[in-house]
Amino acid sequence: MATILDAQKLSISFGGLRAVDDFSIKIEKGELYGLIGPNGAGKTTVFNLLTGVYKPNEGRIILDEKDITRLDPVHKNKAGIARTFQNIRLYSKLSVIDNVKVGLHNQFHYSMIDGIFHTPAYKKVEKEITDRARELLSVFKMEQHADVLASNLPYGEQRKLEIARAMATEPKLLLLDEPAAGMNPNETKELMDTISFIREKFGMTILLIEHDMKLVSGICEKLTVLNFGRMLAEGETKEVLSNPEVIKAYLGDD
Amino acid sequence: MTMKKIQDKYITYGMVVIAYVLCEILMRTGVMTSHIKGLLVPVCYYAIVAVGLNLCVGILGELSLGHAGFMCVGAYTSALFSFSMKEVLPTVPRFIIALFIGVAFSALFGFLIGIPVLRLKGDYLAIVTLAFGEIIKNVFNSVYLGLDDKGLHFSLKDMASMGMDPSGKILVNGAQGITGTPSDANFTIAAFLLLASLFIVQNLIDSRDGRAIMAIRDNRIAAESNGINITKYKMSAFTISAAIAGIAGVLFSHNISTLTATSQYFGYNASILILVYVVLGGIGNIRGSVIAAMVLYLLPELLRGLSDYRMLIYSIVLIVMMLFNWAPKAREFREKHFAFLKKRKEARQ
Repeated sequence: MATILDAQKLSISFGGLRAVDDFSIKIEKGELYGLIGPNGAGKTTVFNLLTGVYKPNEGRIILDEKDITRLDPVHKNKAGIARTFQNIRLYSKLSVIDNVKVGLHNQFHYSMIDGIFHTPAYKKVEKEITDRARELLSVFKMEQHADVLASNLPYGEQRKLEIARAMATEPKLLLLDEPAAGMNPNETKELMDTISFIREKFGMTILLIEHDMKLVSGICEKLTVLNFGRMLAEGETKEVLSNPEVIKAYLGDD
Repeated sequence: MTMKKIQDKYITYGMVVIAYVLCEILMRTGVMTSHIKGLLVPVCYYAIVAVGLNLCVGILGELSLGHAGFMCVGAYTSALFSFSMKEVLPTVPRFIIALFIGVAFSALFGFLIGIPVLRLKGDYLAIVTLAFGEIIKNVFNSVYLGLDDKGLHFSLKDMASMGMDPSGKILVNGAQGITGTPSDANFTIAAFLLLASLFIVQNLIDSRDGRAIMAIRDNRIAAESNGINITKYKMSAFTISAAIAGIAGVLFSHNISTLTATSQYFGYNASILILVYVVLGGIGNIRGSVIAAMVLYLLPELLRGLSDYRMLIYSIVLIVMMLFNWAPKAREFREKHFAFLKKRKEARQ
């Protein structure tokens, strides 16, 4: 299998704090990889490094054999990394379908002049965009909400919309930052189904941060555990979760 | 594109066209007093600049307090052209070229000012645009420009320091501005330009680029992660917004014979007046801007008969409009008594 993401020895410091230290990860195509760790371990910082919000002090990020270490978030997305956020970040005053259309921004093109004068090129491409957005929404079983304002969706649906919007950018790697945060068991179950479904349907490679151990052990094949910015363990899910160091970090010394 | 958006757009155009036809009929039949006739073009240019500012405030989500400055740029550059070409070109091509010049220059100023300003956020951005607006006005206030056999003369001090031939022609005379701009603008042109501005802004909103601009407004970080070039879209929206203010400026200067950069028309008071139209019409609501500009510009003029009380009534109307738009109780009232509107909205969803 081909390696999609190969991050080597990433480090970043904020002032005197070494938030992430010597972090490496290798994800194969089609894998579902989990990144876990106690609060403040630096998981989201790793995401921010991978998506270009922060630039690493040291280390390299290789996506599909291209070095993307120094790219900004916009170009990282164009290179093929899409993400969701821990605290949901939707375009709250846009409709559900428009949120997805924004995700499709770089998949379809016409000039601003076409857009202002609604030329035939605009009409043709805009129809393609609408069709594609509806298709995506129906994949996520959200077509009935298409014209609702994003902020009026129930919480679980908002999470789903964020994933749909990220998928619209046609990424090679999808990063999910605590997708089950704040969800009840039913919603979590549904989310697990959605994640498994997009893996099968799109063959998507996924890296996810999660606290919900049931979700992690249920769907992730491999895990990396972070603690105080350092890697504590990595490998197959079962092995990692039975590692005494990991249990210690999560449950404390006894 | 949903049916709702299409309908919304044509309601706005229809509203402007109906208002235009009504005014034309009143004018033709001689019912309209010359005082009100004189207000028609200003109503249009204030509606235009409000539409332009709404693109910046409501769609891009950045508060600008300098749009009167961009209007000033459009007014001066176009008036300068029309004034110097007064005897050379016939009216129609002269006005068209003047329009292009005014719009191009205000777009250029919008672009140049946008470079530093759009790096700021929120209150800071508002303060800096306010400062730039004042700077533009004050610079135009002190420009002296003259033309004689030896060519163009320019000074920022006074007329004498230009060293011009007495036989030369003074184009811009400092604080006295440009005198003798041909009055090429009329109500028909103004209404047409209002429709054109509405066309540009509403179509832009309903396009790929418009969605990108609104995405930046709603969540900049998410927009970046969706691969949207923030700088490009912020700059384009700000530049287009300034260009539309320029259209208003062109109408302004071609509607009066003497153009001066007074604070009444181009100072921060004017910028805030335009912002009032945008806010009371509804931020992000393009049609609302047009309605608010029409009502709030005409109202104090129509209340002139009440002399001292007119600003009192004007401020009461402002407060009532504000409450009607935003207060929770008023919203409840609206939902109760205008329930049919809401039902239609739900049916669409």
